[in-house]
Amino acid sequence: MASNATDYIKHHLTFWNSSHEGGFSSLHVDSFSVSLILGFLFAGVFAYVARNAKLENPGKLQLFVESIVEMVDTQVKEIFHAKSNVIAPLALTIFCWVFLMNAMDMLPVDLIPMAAQWIGFTFFGADPHHVYFRVVPSADVNVTFGLSISVLICIIGFSISAKGLGGWIKELFTAPFHASGPVGTILLAPANFALQMVELLAKPISLSLRLFGNMYSGELIFILIALLPWGAQWLLGAPWAIFHILVITLQAFVFMMLTIVYLSLAVEKH
Amino acid sequence: MEFNVTLLGQAITFAILVWFTMKFVWPPLTNMMEERAERIADGLAAAERGKQDLEAAEKRVADELRQAKQQATELILAAEKRANQIVEEAKDAARTEGAKLVTEAKSQIDQEVLRAKEALREQVAGLAVAGAEKILRKEIDAAKHADLLASIKAEF
Repeated sequence: MASNATDYIKHHLTFWNSSHEGGFSSLHVDSFSVSLILGFLFAGVFAYVARNAKLENPGKLQLFVESIVEMVDTQVKEIFHAKSNVIAPLALTIFCWVFLMNAMDMLPVDLIPMAAQWIGFTFFGADPHHVYFRVVPSADVNVTFGLSISVLICIIGFSISAKGLGGWIKELFTAPFHASGPVGTILLAPANFALQMVELLAKPISLSLRLFGNMYSGELIFILIALLPWGAQWLLGAPWAIFHILVITLQAFVFMMLTIVYLSLAVEKH
Repeated sequence: MEFNVTLLGQAITFAILVWFTMKFVWPPLTNMMEERAERIADGLAAAERGKQDLEAAEKRVADELRQAKQQATELILAAEKRANQIVEEAKDAARTEGAKLVTEAKSQIDQEVLRAKEALREQVAGLAVAGAEKILRKEIDAAKHADLLASIKAEF
């Protein structure tokens, strides 16, 4: 076991890449397809409930969906004081989608990869050792950065729509340090701009790396637990899985909350 | 850690999901929930109004009941008074009627007595005259003593 433990871990941490060479034009088929399926699952269930929502005698599913919507709505109303039709649905999508992607961590680590290996071997004649399937999309930096860069674009968009393009660019050079005269303003502009850029770029990086780090480490620990003798796995696996229920929910919630906070900062005037 | 087109795919999926949620999930759900909240508030307000109405109605009922009772007592009192009055009146009428009857009877009796006395007097006078005639027939000439006879007759 010890000799191929490294292989086992490596195999589990390798993506199903659309091209063997990798490179920017290649696609992680596994994370992309899983996240797509989960996204459609979320959209489908919520749209189904929204379409069939009953004013009186709501069903259990409707109450569940309503409680999530209510929670997101409360958070958005508490933090984001400007008027926007985008932010609440955005926050809801982030919370549910990230939660679902994180929740893939709760599946047994070998279940989907082995199923993929079996399908690849049986129907496509592939070498099982070269069939890779990572089932947790949020443990893929592409996925988390895909989300956080979208949030960055939203931040910039919200800033421009709230302050105007000129106002936003002016703020990039004149905040956080204010000078009284024109000479001082010009002198402080590079420092201001550098700080603003750091602030702006730190947001998506911290957002995505926080989620990625949590989910990657969680996945890795499940893989390590899977290396234990089968009779002992539950000893560590059960507590970690239970703790992980908290982690996946919390990470989804944190991602949503920070997005709302960043967007509310973007529309506020300094 | 390598970046590839998965990132773009994820971003596009994200954009589509947000658009979809904005269009088909969020508005109907929140509208429905708001409507429900409104309806619940309306229902509570209506219940409160109903309670107040009920209280007012109960108060009015109590008022009317009290008034009716009062009226009934008044009516009973008036009726009793009236009854007493009627009884008194009847008594008075009976009394006066009785008195009248008594006086009438008395006067009739008096008349009867007078008439009887008159008749008696006539008879006594007649008897006396007849007796005196029998006694005096022999001695007195009726024609001579007519004045005397008449005065005796008048004395009875």
